[in-house]
Amino acid sequence: MKTRKRSNAPIFWGLFGAGGMLSALFGPALVFITGLAVPLGLLLPQGTMSYPKMLAFAQNFIGKGFIFAVIALFMWHAVHRIYHSLHEFGIHAGMGAKLLCYGSAFVGTVISAVVLLGVGF
Amino acid sequence: MSKRKPYVRSMDGWWKKNPFFVEYVIHESTALFVLAYAVTLLVGLIRLGQGEAAWNGWLAALQSPGALVFHLALLVAIAYHAYTWFKIMPITLPPIRVGGEKLSPCAIITGGLVAAAVASLGLIVLVWRIAA
Amino acid sequence: MSEQKFIEIEVLRYKPESDEAPHSEVYKVPFTDDMSVLQGAQYIKDNFDGSLTYRWSCRMAICGSCGMMINGVPKLSCETFIRDYYPNRITIEALAHFPIEKDLVVDLSGFIEKLESVQPYIIPAEKRSLDQGEYIQTPAQVQDYMQFTSCINCTLCYAACPQFGLNPDFIGPGAMALLHRYNMDSRDGGAEQRMELVASEEGVFNCSAVGYCSEVCPKHVDPANAVNINKTNAAKDYFLRFLSPKGGAK
Repeated sequence: MKTRKRSNAPIFWGLFGAGGMLSALFGPALVFITGLAVPLGLLLPQGTMSYPKMLAFAQNFIGKGFIFAVIALFMWHAVHRIYHSLHEFGIHAGMGAKLLCYGSAFVGTVISAVVLLGVGF
Repeated sequence: MSKRKPYVRSMDGWWKKNPFFVEYVIHESTALFVLAYAVTLLVGLIRLGQGEAAWNGWLAALQSPGALVFHLALLVAIAYHAYTWFKIMPITLPPIRVGGEKLSPCAIITGGLVAAAVASLGLIVLVWRIAA
Repeated sequence: MSEQKFIEIEVLRYKPESDEAPHSEVYKVPFTDDMSVLQGAQYIKDNFDGSLTYRWSCRMAICGSCGMMINGVPKLSCETFIRDYYPNRITIEALAHFPIEKDLVVDLSGFIEKLESVQPYIIPAEKRSLDQGEYIQTPAQVQDYMQFTSCINCTLCYAACPQFGLNPDFIGPGAMALLHRYNMDSRDGGAEQRMELVASEEGVFNCSAVGYCSEVCPKHVDPANAVNINKTNAAKDYFLRFLSPKGGAK
């Protein structure tokens, strides 16, 4: 019988799925809050995203976790789809494309972790 | 000698050949918008870490007309991503049985959309309560 | 009697002994309202060109032989009616993503190998001797796999799967549906053996949940669901194999 190589896809597929679900549940509301409601002063109270409030949120254990999950998982979700789309459009860039896609999500994850640890608890 | 000479057709432009594939490519491309939003938030987080002046600069940048149009586009694309995410859930989830009966695709999609609506509303209310 | 109606049928022809590449030919076929696209092809063979080659057998959507691309959609030509396209032209072509052997006939040898590779038979969970009697299965247990037994190997799902077109080594929707049929059978204990294939680089993770395979399936097998349930199973196997030392691929 042919010997088969086990695929490492479960790691990336798992992150893709988690990010997909998180962005499907909260993505539209988040974009509305941070990109439209707050800048335009709609609906939400004045100073919803003021520096003291956001700093406190990023220092809070739950807030920290939420920010980290949103940024990191959204990235892993997106790069996984982009990597597959490259293949689908006939760009079989192989290892280079893989490194660029998943590498950028990895870098984004590390940066957000460093900043979130840096702002203290 | 064998006269066999199987002909392999090219896959070039496969996604243009069927409306189903066109829609697939569109919903897959929402990933670009999800990535753009994640990068926007990452920049915001970095600015937050750099102190109050940097953070306020980022907040001010979000008020520019370009940023608002950009976020409107993000909203449309990510909402479409959410809708299509739940639309393919009947094929991605294992069968769910309620009282022995298999849940219909329609019920799964509706369940997902309701969950997203509740999550969105819950998030907005929560932010409003924390801020107030 | 009403006037005779004609339909144009454009056929993608390929003669391996003389052609470098396929080309289209158009035939003007008289038809009646009860005629299928398969009968249209038969009319062409009987009246215009006896060398036109296609597969067919039962004429009643059971044998799974007569699949072809009809106006770009994979369909069984025996249950697709000319009247539904009239007065527009019908285009027929060999099933997409497979190599064309001749005209509308594709090379299915890769698919047959895949069918064998899923071990499509019951691998008993526990051996029973004759005097222990039969394997008992409840109606609810039958329901767990029933839908996946309906596959007629027509390969329309492969013609609907761009991932198979992009990577012919992908195990694909039809073979995965059959694999899942045995994994879900309460009498079967072969899931662990089959996991090597499921979790491999030719396995389920080639699928990007396009979902068109289930859309075109004439027997409502829902192969996309079989593939995607096994992504979850393969992911569990991937992470849990560190806890239990048996099973799975190397």
